[in-house]
Amino acid sequence: MTEQVKIVDHEVSADASVNPDTNTYQPDPDNILEVHNLSKHFDIKTGLFKTLPLKAVDDVSFFIGHKETLGLVGESGCGKTTVGRTLLRLYEPTAGDVYFDGELITEKNVRSLRRNMQMVFQDPYSSLNPRMTVEDIIGESLSIHHIFKTKEERRERIYELMRLVGLNKEHATRYSHEFSGGQRQRIGIARALAINPKFIVCDESVSALDVSIQAQILNMFKDLQEKFNLSYLFIAHDILVVTYMSDRVAVMYLGKIVELAKTNEINDNPIHPYTQSLFSAVPIPDPITARKSHRIVLEGDVPSPLHVPSGCAFRTRCQYATEQCALETPPFEDRGDEHYVACWNR
Amino acid sequence: MTEKLLQVKNLRTSFFTDAGEVCAVNGISFDLEKGKVLGIVGESGSGKSVTAYSIMQILSFPGKITGGEVFFKGVDLLKLPAKKVREFRGEQISIIFQDPMTSLNPVYTIGNQIDEAIRLHTSRTGSAIRERSIDLIRLVGINDPERRVKQYPHELSGGMRQRVMIAMALACEPDILIADEPTTALDVTIQAQILELIAELQAQLGMAVIIITHDLGVIANMCDEIIVMYAGSICERGSTDDIFYSPKHEYTKNLLRSIPKTRKSKERLVPIAGNPIDLLNLPDGCAFAPRCRECMEICLEQHPDELPIGGTHYASCWVNVREQVTHERESFADDEILEQGGDQV
Repeated sequence: MTEQVKIVDHEVSADASVNPDTNTYQPDPDNILEVHNLSKHFDIKTGLFKTLPLKAVDDVSFFIGHKETLGLVGESGCGKTTVGRTLLRLYEPTAGDVYFDGELITEKNVRSLRRNMQMVFQDPYSSLNPRMTVEDIIGESLSIHHIFKTKEERRERIYELMRLVGLNKEHATRYSHEFSGGQRQRIGIARALAINPKFIVCDESVSALDVSIQAQILNMFKDLQEKFNLSYLFIAHDILVVTYMSDRVAVMYLGKIVELAKTNEINDNPIHPYTQSLFSAVPIPDPITARKSHRIVLEGDVPSPLHVPSGCAFRTRCQYATEQCALETPPFEDRGDEHYVACWNR
Repeated sequence: MTEKLLQVKNLRTSFFTDAGEVCAVNGISFDLEKGKVLGIVGESGSGKSVTAYSIMQILSFPGKITGGEVFFKGVDLLKLPAKKVREFRGEQISIIFQDPMTSLNPVYTIGNQIDEAIRLHTSRTGSAIRERSIDLIRLVGINDPERRVKQYPHELSGGMRQRVMIAMALACEPDILIADEPTTALDVTIQAQILELIAELQAQLGMAVIIITHDLGVIANMCDEIIVMYAGSICERGSTDDIFYSPKHEYTKNLLRSIPKTRKSKERLVPIAGNPIDLLNLPDGCAFAPRCRECMEICLEQHPDELPIGGTHYASCWVNVREQVTHERESFADDEILEQGGDQV
């Protein structure tokens, strides 16, 4: 499918981080999105005068090719949603560079940026304004970006979008509460597609839906990708859904990407101990495989993101942890065939 | 012959709302044997939780059991007076809920809350109660139990809280533990811990467990027997292998096709068309018929009866009836030909 081989020269990206000389760095034209050393820290009040930085995203680098889907998995609180939101500048990044379509977007005007990137949210109930009709919800971005001059053109486009996501155009004047969860998510997708974006962040877009509806939406995402050459950042906690959807998968733990590889590669050969246990913990809906499989059950809970362990954040739960893991942060390096891992011992 | 611990017969539960009667559970029957793990799987609104709440008789207003019988060790629980119901609840059958964040009382220490269950249901007094609480906390794999009993729920993580819930449910060594979506609110690695714990305790204490979930993965990993529910009715029930490898109801077949089976599945999913059914207006026929590819005329008119497939495997689907009838007709025709042939010779 979209198995185009894209290589970010790691040397170059590392240089860019040390000295982000934006005038000389040229991102790879094969990549629609390049993220270098992105960080997002929130200040959390822990006392009357005391604040602590919460490193929701800490020094994260990755890229996404044209018409490619990058899956992002991790447990709650690992920062995967923050990555998505920071890319769209719903949060302003604390540090790092994001190149979209060859341009550095961390300093660009937000409105022109969102002309090409959109987001589909998790909760189809709270992400649609209950006081707006479907037509207004889908058409809002068309108005903001002044896409059409006449009302008729705009309406035609809205009907076209509704047909595209499998909604009846007679429903255009209805309000969102009149729809089921799956239909609402379709409205959310139509809204994201309205201005023909090149890149969509799907943040847990199917996790609020019932199993039978999930497959409808997942297939629709795949069809739309074929049709409009879309790239996705597909964020979810359901690993089976992510591996089904993605060309490559990134695994996050406490604000950092610990492993990133092609889907088949990371499935067959997970290297990082966290990826290994996370993947083995997924209950496989197949009794024979389930009986044969061996689960690596992790001890303890995820540490608080306010007090991330020094060095490698995973070391407190890792069976291979050594002294070095506490002292130094492991580098995120290529182990061959674009399989990136951050671990000292594996 | 294994002992039938729980027998549910034709149970019906409705919610009487302003908009009309919502039939959440629509005449379901099943048995649970001693020491078995039964999974009830279905989508939201399929009636799986209401089934559990009806067995425990903890339905909230405006829910009401409108018919049927629930036999526990031969006694119909639905006919017991309220006082007796309180005795069996928690002592013989106990339940853990989906959300460990809201099902613990935030203003009492967890020790207090476990003590309460022990005080109400056993003859233990004084310091023996607290000792038992500490034992239970140790049993569910929480370290440093002496310190933990004095902590409040907000000091514990989600996984820990679910462990405390399990400790409370096990306080009186129940014969049946009902786990209503026990891991839905938890992360994957914590889910694995809790499922492992439930499986260990089940083997250790020999109790029967009913796991209610929408996650087919959890079901495949944990259960001996499975019940598949849709719109308040049982579509199909049978052993785990029956349901996963030879499903007979169209809904089960479709459901299994609509999920990625392994981490390597790249095969296109086959979604179930249409939207979930409105429980206010249940059709006369099979509730799944409007979304079913194999839908026949009779499916829309009449609800199919449960048809035995073999062993503990039952399915309520007209397609099976059709297949069986065709099969019988064919074999009947074969017999006739044989007979005729015999005459000729």
